[in-house]
Amino acid sequence: MTAVAGPPVTDLAPDASPPPTVRRPRPRLRAAAGFALGAALLFAVAPLVLSDFRLSLLAKYLCLAMVAVGIGIAWGRGGLLTLGQGVFFGLGGYAMAMHLKLADAGPGQMPDFMQLYGQLDELPLWWRPFASPWFALPATVLLPMAVAFGLGSLVFRRRVRGAYFAILSQALAAAMVILLVGQQGTTGGTNGLTDIQGFFGYDLDDPVNQRTVYFLIAAVLLALLALARQLVQSRYGELLVAVRDCEERVRFLGYDPATVKLVAYVTAAGMAGLAGALFVPAVGIISPALIGIVPSIEFVIGVAVGGRATLLGPVLGAVAVAWARTALSERFPGTWTYLQGGLFVLVVAFLPGGLASLLARRNGLGPLARLGRRRTEVAG
Amino acid sequence: MTVLFGQLFTGVSIGAVLLLIALGLALTFGQMNVINMAHGEFIMAGAYTTYVLQQTITGAGWSLLVALPVAFVVAGTMGVLLEILLIRRLYARPLDTLLVTWGVSLILQQLARDIFGSPNVQTRAPELLTGNIALPGGLTVANNRLFILALALAAVVALTLALRLTSLGRRIRAVVQNRDLAAVSGIPIARVDRTTFFVGSGLAGLAGVALTLLGPIGPTMGTNLIIDAFLVVVVGGIGQLKGSVIVAFALGVLQATGEYLTTLSVAKVMVFVAIVAFLQWRPQGLFTLRTRSLA
Amino acid sequence: MSELDGLLIRDLRVSFDGFTAVDGVSLTVPSGDIRFLIGPNGAGKTTLVDAVTGLVRATGSVRFGTHELLGRPVHRISRLGVGRTFQTATVFEELSVLQNLDIAAGARRGWAILARRRRGVPDEVAAALDTIGLAGHAEQPAGTLAHGQKQWLEIGMLLVQDAKLLLLDEPVAGMSHEERDATGALLETVSRDRTVVVIEHDMDFLRRFARTVTVLHAGRVLSEGTVAQVQADPRVQEVYLGHPVDTGSAPSGGE
Repeated sequence: MTAVAGPPVTDLAPDASPPPTVRRPRPRLRAAAGFALGAALLFAVAPLVLSDFRLSLLAKYLCLAMVAVGIGIAWGRGGLLTLGQGVFFGLGGYAMAMHLKLADAGPGQMPDFMQLYGQLDELPLWWRPFASPWFALPATVLLPMAVAFGLGSLVFRRRVRGAYFAILSQALAAAMVILLVGQQGTTGGTNGLTDIQGFFGYDLDDPVNQRTVYFLIAAVLLALLALARQLVQSRYGELLVAVRDCEERVRFLGYDPATVKLVAYVTAAGMAGLAGALFVPAVGIISPALIGIVPSIEFVIGVAVGGRATLLGPVLGAVAVAWARTALSERFPGTWTYLQGGLFVLVVAFLPGGLASLLARRNGLGPLARLGRRRTEVAG
Repeated sequence: MTVLFGQLFTGVSIGAVLLLIALGLALTFGQMNVINMAHGEFIMAGAYTTYVLQQTITGAGWSLLVALPVAFVVAGTMGVLLEILLIRRLYARPLDTLLVTWGVSLILQQLARDIFGSPNVQTRAPELLTGNIALPGGLTVANNRLFILALALAAVVALTLALRLTSLGRRIRAVVQNRDLAAVSGIPIARVDRTTFFVGSGLAGLAGVALTLLGPIGPTMGTNLIIDAFLVVVVGGIGQLKGSVIVAFALGVLQATGEYLTTLSVAKVMVFVAIVAFLQWRPQGLFTLRTRSLA
Repeated sequence: MSELDGLLIRDLRVSFDGFTAVDGVSLTVPSGDIRFLIGPNGAGKTTLVDAVTGLVRATGSVRFGTHELLGRPVHRISRLGVGRTFQTATVFEELSVLQNLDIAAGARRGWAILARRRRGVPDEVAAALDTIGLAGHAEQPAGTLAHGQKQWLEIGMLLVQDAKLLLLDEPVAGMSHEERDATGALLETVSRDRTVVVIEHDMDFLRRFARTVTVLHAGRVLSEGTVAQVQADPRVQEVYLGHPVDTGSAPSGGE
């Protein structure tokens, strides 16, 4: 536009607080230091102090943390409360597990469980492409992204949002689990795909290989964090917050909020898919119980506890909650459920910014206090 | 033909249960914009109320009759408590309410496990409701399903009349249509909210009693029902009951027919796809109260 | 300026469930005009703006420049150079003033730019910051601005958005006298190469800054002309309960 020459508008509120010229002290340097510290912890300290067993537990938690990074973007930044991330985690996990099962069985053979339950003479058609790693590996990420794109573009464009979207995403998780359980002959049913032995030629029972899987997972998590940081700090990240806070206003500025939300949702789905894919070699199983309604909403609690709108909060929250679960649920299963329920209630109701908001530093991520302000709703 | 009819009637009775659950959700969601995930546990509370009453009142018929009002009050009271203790503080944050009440639902489920044990328990059905009624043409309808259908329809009629004719009903409708205006018009919003919560949660209790007639009951019985019931509200639209009524029965029948034609799991997926497709056509649900402006 | 650049509304109708809010309005606002839309509550002023910006469905025709606006989605209409503000100032409260303006400036940006971080202040954003007098508040969260400042920020967002048609819904509601004057001056400045339509109840503000006025009543155009012409119109006086228009600012209810 043409710059309009000085109009007679004076600053009429001189008493308003002067511009807080907060120059973040070299954000890049600090981020680099943070990543270096994280890398040191994950790659040097953890393998040294943790036993093989604990390290493999940590690998599992880090997978859950990857899902949390995605939820942090979609929910924390974009306001999309997705209660069905288990679907994407599961798609990634099943894609990977199907490939590994086929690789375990050997060329031309069928996975063990199909001979057990299924009266199948040959491999189902939709299993076949997964024999090739060139199909299966990209599929672990692209398949969840495609599903998220499909659902997202349908519902966001029609302005289905807020609680409606949350319920739909949860219903998707419910439908997916029922579908998996119902097709026992080809999906392993309730048991899921279990007893996975090898990972691209490496024996997963070997502690050395387990350790390698851990390193792989840690590296991927760091990469996802870097990606999330870039996304959040980019212009797109600012736009996403704007859409969260007042979608209609963004529309009147000439953007299509549906597209903005779609990018966040699909990104989160891709991250969950990758997490599911790496979960399989780390734990050796993928099953409906890991991806249904309950686990899907449990993904969210870690994010809420850590701080939904921060970068590291979801990761730390997810790891902490998963760790507490392991520590408590084996010995006192009932107590853990009460504790988990109580966490949901206390954190979300009384500490919506999560533990991160207890740290007084704002980290340049904006105040969280008004996070849940009633949004301007529009009737179409 | 008879099998299909049986499936259809099963669908109608599933729809009736969904309707009882969804009515309460539609009320609270419509009025307070609150998603109460613990609503499913109010169903469970109603079901266990029936179970407990059967321990003391031996006649299955009598205990069922007593269970209906008692379950209504028990679940309703739980709803009011939840409203006062938590939900009231969160009216400005609907999505957070969803998560908070999910936490409450986890706690209530565990409470049920600790009190009644994890395994499902079975209640006795009154003799009157165990048989079938023969219709002309060799068709039969099960008495228990007929009873549930009657219960749901009675609830709809009672609720509609109450909303139309009583002063409380008028207040509720006023608050649903314009909360702020109702507040400045001198309607005691907080009390109306609490009453709505009582009635809505009480209806879930009735659904719980109805479910004891269909099978065993357990601590997690609410979880799956609640999602279907929410879908009814999403598709039916909020602010008016007729949407929930139509969609609850449609969903029940669609699922039962789908199950008849394919399998349960495929039917579930079909229903989900149908709902997403429906929302392309009517994203605000079947019926909706229109408001005018953005800001 | 030619009328081609202006806003051309022909036989616009909007109804909600049988209630007709806008009932066959025809309106021509030439480029460079500052047109005030007035009328009693319920006259259809905001609904008219809603229809032009695509928020509500309407029949008839709304042309801006060479484009027909009706039937396009909101964001497409916006990209044709139509910008609006709302009765209650709607800014992104958790983002800074600078971020608000930068987002408003960016609807045409490609993904390559969106994926990168903002560095420095884009020229048009810097210019708008000066124009709306918020240069000293660039880093402040918009939610902490004073009421009047929020409304200027909204206008600033329209400027960087490069809107050629500005539709302002009660831009001076709740402002002090000084703020009103400043806003009026701002409108005069920005109208040099734009078309401005203002919904306003404040008659004093109208007399000072309106170039032309359209009076709406019950969804129809009741009168149109200069401030003096409209004030002299007996039909207008009748609508305003038999009193002349200048009975002061009618309290504006939500609409």
